[in-house]
Amino acid sequence: MILQEWLALSPILIVSVTVIVLMLAIAVKRHHEWAETIAVAGLILALLPLFLHFWLPGILTLPLPQTVTPLLGIDNYAGFYMGMILIAALATATLLYAYMKGYQGHREAIYVLLLLSTLGGLVLVASHHFASFFLGLELLSVPMYGMAAYLVKERRSLEAGMKYLVLSAVASAFIVFGMALVYSQTGTLVFSEIGASAANIIDGERSVMILGGAMLLIGIGFKLALAPFHLWTPDVYEGAPAPVTSYLATASKIAVFALLLRYFVEARAYQYATLVDVLSVLAILSIVIGNVLALQQDNLKRLLAYSSIAHFGYLLVALIASGPLAIEAVGVYLLTYVVTTLAAFGVITLMSSPYKEHDAETLFDYRGLFWKRPSLAAILTVALLSLAGIPLTAGFIGKFYVLGAGVDKRLWVLLAAVVLGSAVGLYYYLRAMVQLYLRPRWVAPFSAPLNWAHGAGGGMLILLMLAILMLGIYPAPFITLVQGAGLMTVVR
Amino acid sequence: MMLLWLLLVPFIGGLLCWPIERFGTGLVRWVALGTMFTVFALAVDLWFTGNYSLTLLSDDNTSSRWTEQFSVPWIPRLGIAFSLGLDGLSLLLVALTGLLGAVAVACSWREISRKVGFFHLNLMWNLGGVIGVFLATDLFLFFVFWEVMLVPMFFLIALWGHNIPSGRKRIYAATKFFIFTQASGLVMLVAILALVFVHTHATGVLTFSYSALLHTPMSGRTEFWIMLGFFIAFAVKLPVVPVHSWLPDAHSQAPTAGSVVLAGVLLKTAAYGLLRILLPLFPQASAAFAPVAMWLGVLGIVYGAICAFGQNDIKRLVAYTSISHMGFILVGVYAGTEEALQGVIIQMLAHGVAAGALFILCGELYERLHTRDLRAMGGLWARFSILPPIALFFVVASLGLPGLGNFLGEFLILLGAFKTHPGLTAVATGGLILSAVYSLSLLQRTFHGKPRDETPLQDLNRREIATLATLMAVLIGLGLYPQPIFDVSRASMQALQTLYGPAVAETSAHLVAGRTP
Repeated sequence: MILQEWLALSPILIVSVTVIVLMLAIAVKRHHEWAETIAVAGLILALLPLFLHFWLPGILTLPLPQTVTPLLGIDNYAGFYMGMILIAALATATLLYAYMKGYQGHREAIYVLLLLSTLGGLVLVASHHFASFFLGLELLSVPMYGMAAYLVKERRSLEAGMKYLVLSAVASAFIVFGMALVYSQTGTLVFSEIGASAANIIDGERSVMILGGAMLLIGIGFKLALAPFHLWTPDVYEGAPAPVTSYLATASKIAVFALLLRYFVEARAYQYATLVDVLSVLAILSIVIGNVLALQQDNLKRLLAYSSIAHFGYLLVALIASGPLAIEAVGVYLLTYVVTTLAAFGVITLMSSPYKEHDAETLFDYRGLFWKRPSLAAILTVALLSLAGIPLTAGFIGKFYVLGAGVDKRLWVLLAAVVLGSAVGLYYYLRAMVQLYLRPRWVAPFSAPLNWAHGAGGGMLILLMLAILMLGIYPAPFITLVQGAGLMTVVR
Repeated sequence: MMLLWLLLVPFIGGLLCWPIERFGTGLVRWVALGTMFTVFALAVDLWFTGNYSLTLLSDDNTSSRWTEQFSVPWIPRLGIAFSLGLDGLSLLLVALTGLLGAVAVACSWREISRKVGFFHLNLMWNLGGVIGVFLATDLFLFFVFWEVMLVPMFFLIALWGHNIPSGRKRIYAATKFFIFTQASGLVMLVAILALVFVHTHATGVLTFSYSALLHTPMSGRTEFWIMLGFFIAFAVKLPVVPVHSWLPDAHSQAPTAGSVVLAGVLLKTAAYGLLRILLPLFPQASAAFAPVAMWLGVLGIVYGAICAFGQNDIKRLVAYTSISHMGFILVGVYAGTEEALQGVIIQMLAHGVAAGALFILCGELYERLHTRDLRAMGGLWARFSILPPIALFFVVASLGLPGLGNFLGEFLILLGAFKTHPGLTAVATGGLILSAVYSLSLLQRTFHGKPRDETPLQDLNRREIATLATLMAVLIGLGLYPQPIFDVSRASMQALQTLYGPAVAETSAHLVAGRTP
């Protein structure tokens, strides 16, 4: 490999090295704080080249786009999503530290799992090839089974891990089978070549190709928790430890969605009207089911699970719209979704601890939080408003982009679904939000420690809230960033 | 810069209110009051220093459109600028906001005792959002402020509202208010985006600027659908009758200050939207839609009045009168003649003041009687000395006594609308009789009849008298000497008329031609 390729691969390499270093360190001495420090340092180091590349190109510009072996192609698009995944992992790591402090068992291994999963995400967003696609996907998912079930003595955590394992494995099986079918028809595993050779298949002989595509779509639908493949989501979100849920809801979904978009563009999937119709149905179903089922939830984690189903429905609208504006919309939407979701789960994390039977998750646990921990409640308020898409928060910019992409392509039916879905969504976001400000009825069993803001988790949370407000109030620099990370820059 | 300050003052004032609560609630109230007085003073200053006689509408020279303006790029990628502009219409409404804001602070002096700092933070930010709506000249910015004012209002109702026994809960009312306005707002956002993309396809320039979008070429059908998107948002906020049901609920649960702001200025943002955005941007479609909108207005006048007559809750009664009065505004706006538009301006100001005062009186009665049920009142005239005559004044003002602002507004609207739509206006005029019926019934049921109890109640204190006296003075001024208002708003209204007038004439010519072949 030449230096250029090393440089382009640097985020992936740094995370890989960190995994090894961390395992060695744990072998020498089990120490929670050290393990966390190593993980965080590794993630920051991996983030650094990307940060410099996008924000300070004068100091370091990665030689992108760069094809490293047939499997990986790193371009600005991949770099942007890598950055997002790394940030999500970083936030998760700091939150994990705050959360695991009270845990009695071995605490260090979860950081290894986290880093491995992150590595999978990085590979996934850089893949142009079915082999790296599958490799990345498995590397992303398998450590997450362990993370979800990490609190092995708790029934609900174990249950979440098992559920995720079974369903995720089924989804992976669908994906592999789909890949095989597509390969049998096109004779290639490279995305861009699939598009070219699929176009040559004559109409009568498409059925195997369609079956393969459908299986791929089902698998991805499972991973993204799109309705009607969403059944695992609320249970896993509820059972998994809060910081793991935040990782599950952000990093893993960003990686899969980024891949889906790349596959769509490179394999020219837009040419199949049927596929676009199927996606439209999935989008509408996700919006309707996600929002309607969230309405009566008294459990904040389940509520956020259903709301994430709806959010990916909105995101599909942008995907369906296609075109440069849509790719930008997806980038902006994912960015806003990530910071918002991390902030929301961050608050849940700081309120909870594995000491307790379960996390602070019912809405009653949050009743009157504003009068006890005003800043924490303010962060959750901002996050909920952002999820609801209220102006001056990040979520609005994302929703604005999705609506813009839809209007541009005149997808009136989908737009109507987005508007109605958002209106329904307001109800449960407001319902959760107003709890924070009511007079507490009894002494709550849950509460963040008074000095919550001093730890790394608290600091991260404050940064996330500032990011939500910054994105909402002055999004111009972020939009420039996302614009620079469009898929159009792909050289293939 | 002046405009930026006008906008920033309430937001900064609100931010100040929260932390200084620890030095005492009195300080919070004075800071909030000072903030609103500053806004009012800035508006008055602009009134005297600005030149509001500019002939606004010209295709080529858009820079002279506003008396004051301020603009910085915000999201250049999407052609969005943070641009503010002020003309006579915005000025009047901003001044009204400042005045009613101060009144709202004054009337919650005793009512709000919990979480005073946070209350005033919400109140100030809500008013800041309203001022933003009145000043924004970029449609994206307009939408942002349109939504920004909702969240604080939600908190005002949800946290400081009343839970009336056997009634709906305050959180229910707040959520209903929020969902109605937000959902319709999203429809408007889609309409804004559609308009912008139509403009971009036609000219190649991506911009959300109001003045650039003014003359967007589009087909009749497109124009109609986009217009409808805006109309839905404004209709919910105004409110127009089929989508009005959030208003009585919100009013009956809101604290007094919330009701004052809601009736006084929040509803006016919808009327402002109609005047500023809907008619100028879509004159043809609006003219075609005018008969529907005006009949909806008439329906609102009659339906609001009838519902008001049937209420037992005094605040719900006043809320329904608002629906009725807003119906006049809808009729006046779509009539589009000079008299009607001037009437709309007066009606907006007068209704804001009168409805605000009535809600304050409701609040004061509630503080003293601990009920808002009209069936539990009666004979109160004997138990107060100052409150009943003041209430009499505002009730007769609201029913349209000549010499006061409301009469002038309604009279001008009907006069202007009669020229173009005589039949419809005749029906609307009937609403005046209905308003006399419910107003007198309100007075009768509260103040007259046999008192339930002979013990005198605590009368208005000096703060309350000063507040109400100010509002009385404004109403008398509007009724007796409205010329300054006309002077300030004439140019804006004439501009509107030059855009919308020909469209109306054309549409009615079509109609006449169609009827007499």
